[in-house]
Amino acid sequence: MSTVESRGAFKQADYKSDVKPIWCPGCGDYHVLMSFTRAFAELGLPPEEVVVVSGIGCSSRIPAYTNCYGFHGVHGRSLALASGLKVARPDLTVVVASGDGDGYSIGGNHFLHASRRNLDMTYVVMDNHIYGMTKGQPSPTTEPEFDTALSPGGTGLRPFHPLVIALASGANFIARCFSGAPNETTAILVEAIRHPGFSFVEILSPCVTFRPDEKEWKNLVHPAPVAATSDPAKAARRIMTDDGFNIGILYRGDRKPYQPAVGTPSVELAELEKDFEL
Amino acid sequence: MGDAGSISIAIVGSGGAGAITAGNFLLEAAGTVGWQGLLTRTVGPQIRGGEAAVCVRLSPRPVECLPDRFDLLIGIDWLNAHRFGAEIEVGPQSLVIGDPRGGELPPNIAAAGARLVEIPLKEMAKAIPDGRPNMIALGIAAKLLGLTEDTLRTLIKKRLADKGEAAIEASEAGIAAGFAAAADLDLGLRLPAPKPASTRRWLLSGNEATALGAVRGGVRFAAAYPITPATEILEWLAPNLLRLGGALLQAEDELAAINMIIGSSFGGTPALTATSGPGLSLMIEALGLATAAEVPIVVIDVMRGGPSTGIPTKSEQADLNLAVYGLHGDAPHLVLAPQSVGDCLFTAQWAVYLAESLQAPAIVLSDQFIGQAQACIERPADVAFIGRRSRAVDIAGAYKRYALAANGVSPMAIPGTRGGQYTADGLTHTERGTPTSGIADHHAQLDKRRDKLERFNYGDHWATIEEAGDLAVITWGSLTGTVREAIARAAADGASASLIAPRLLAPVQPERMKAALAGKKRVLVVEQSHGAQFHRYLRAHYDLPAAVRVLNRAGPLPIRADEVRRAIMEWR
Repeated sequence: MSTVESRGAFKQADYKSDVKPIWCPGCGDYHVLMSFTRAFAELGLPPEEVVVVSGIGCSSRIPAYTNCYGFHGVHGRSLALASGLKVARPDLTVVVASGDGDGYSIGGNHFLHASRRNLDMTYVVMDNHIYGMTKGQPSPTTEPEFDTALSPGGTGLRPFHPLVIALASGANFIARCFSGAPNETTAILVEAIRHPGFSFVEILSPCVTFRPDEKEWKNLVHPAPVAATSDPAKAARRIMTDDGFNIGILYRGDRKPYQPAVGTPSVELAELEKDFEL
Repeated sequence: MGDAGSISIAIVGSGGAGAITAGNFLLEAAGTVGWQGLLTRTVGPQIRGGEAAVCVRLSPRPVECLPDRFDLLIGIDWLNAHRFGAEIEVGPQSLVIGDPRGGELPPNIAAAGARLVEIPLKEMAKAIPDGRPNMIALGIAAKLLGLTEDTLRTLIKKRLADKGEAAIEASEAGIAAGFAAAADLDLGLRLPAPKPASTRRWLLSGNEATALGAVRGGVRFAAAYPITPATEILEWLAPNLLRLGGALLQAEDELAAINMIIGSSFGGTPALTATSGPGLSLMIEALGLATAAEVPIVVIDVMRGGPSTGIPTKSEQADLNLAVYGLHGDAPHLVLAPQSVGDCLFTAQWAVYLAESLQAPAIVLSDQFIGQAQACIERPADVAFIGRRSRAVDIAGAYKRYALAANGVSPMAIPGTRGGQYTADGLTHTERGTPTSGIADHHAQLDKRRDKLERFNYGDHWATIEEAGDLAVITWGSLTGTVREAIARAAADGASASLIAPRLLAPVQPERMKAALAGKKRVLVVEQSHGAQFHRYLRAHYDLPAAVRVLNRAGPLPIRADEVRRAIMEWR
């Protein structure tokens, strides 16, 4: 990009805003923010050409903590808002930040259709298996036996499997990260943003307040033993059978991104009006 | 002559019988010789096998409402015609033409005392290879109107060009048979010859006019979920936005649609969605977001019968409360309503202009009646309103997206603008956009968003005002044409009344309404809603004189000009 050459390389600090994050000490999302800014710097993206779009929840507070353009919208609709933005402004780099409640519950339908639409953008879900901002209710990825005030004795429901759903719906890039491993997360985000089409990155990001048990995740995660596949059938088998702590790029598709050609009119407005003349 | 110098024709048949096609051709043929007209379709929810009727009203002058009754009714068959009930009224002066083997004449039509003529449409069609009874009905109607066979032939060749020679021949033969069958019939009415038009007539629906107005105003992105009766807006926009270098996204639902257009507009591309009541209900949360984050968007609501799924194919003016009051919190926004098919173009264009100028969402309350009506009109005037958003361009120092400006409108940085980075937010925010729960910031931003709408000069477009006496008939939206005609007819009978029809419903305009009501002693409110929503809205925001009467009714039976005329006459 010419802008990069004229302005020199960007540093991680160029993407950080002066707004102090409102997250609990030890929250996994701090590391996600760090990985975002490092990935943007590594990609050399001018901050004003990046838009971070989010919904509602702890993770969705991230746009204001970056020095990019941002949109902190309503609960569950970040993918829709980002899709309209990307279609109208294909020149921008669009990154969507969400959580397991925002993205998989209230925004679940948009997840299916954004995967299917395959616009060239990156969808990052910080998954902590709990609603943190509303103080500890079960989310679609909460384990069935996890006891909460809203689900005494556990929900008894099978957790949602976001990676399989992304694959089945048509996402073009699927990866799992762990927030506590920012180097690996940064590298995967760089790949995800570079990859054409809809890239889905699930980041396991512990909630130290309502899920102190998740501090154990650092001992459970492990690198994916084999490289990413471009075969959806193989990817499906891997994702369905892994232990949920397999970290790495799991699927890289080659589907052409959707993008209407915008910007250049082929007719004058007055021409269209002739349709109505008798 | 029929009502107010017009002739009105209704053609009915089972769904799929082609009544609507016949009506469309009739309107277009009348338009090519210079008449103006209005066509409405009345259909059941079934695609085929239900009931279908087309109503065409023609005049040398603009036609903006349906007649009280029809001068000519042709039944291709009467199989489901009873379902129209009072929607198609005929009188002793009317001519009713039906097929003797087309089923039983509906009781209300049989009881009207109209002149009945039997013509075996089906049998005649069978005698023509690929012949269809609707084309015979078209020929009969055209003959009775005084149109020539040549006019019809030219039209058929143009309209059926892609269907092949055989289809054209079959239709021409049907029309010729219709002309022959009507040779000895006389409607007893003649329309005066139209004045030669300076420009060619336009033929379009309110939904098409809305779409054209929106792109004239600068809209280059749309996202929507299909819904009756708004879909025609989307079907016009989908190919034409592409030609204009824009795009339409079919969204997975209305929640997505409105958030998509917020995204597009945030990126600098003016954007629109179109829906009906159920969709507007789903969009309300994000309308609040657009208000708080100050993102201009336009939402067209083509109103239908409600609540819930209601009557999707019929008109009602019952989304007013939702549009004006539906948002949570104190969320000032724009609400507008077009007053005729042609005015759909102006109002949509003005809505884009206002939304862009004020960085606020605008809801446009159209309805099924004007949305799906086809009108043959004079070419609408070019309007100067093109959306102009105040943009932040050369940004030095810390950018404050929500800076407190005197007029409440703060320049908006568009992504890609260096130094303008900010996060748009639905959370209460500071001038910079940073979330806060501080009292001072909350109050300052609430004031800002209220003031920018209230301080704007909306000019004379805010309402249609036709001054004539101390009785004011106040109405809105698609009933404006009906009330105008009622007032004209009452005037002919010696009773005068003024017309006040606000095009801008929010923000309210107390000073302007006060001026419009100066000297008025009585107010008659006319609206198509069961709960008299408009009357309550007027009561809430404006000082009305002591004497107020309300003529309100739920859809789908339209309020007729004659009902309004009588209400005026009875209150002398």
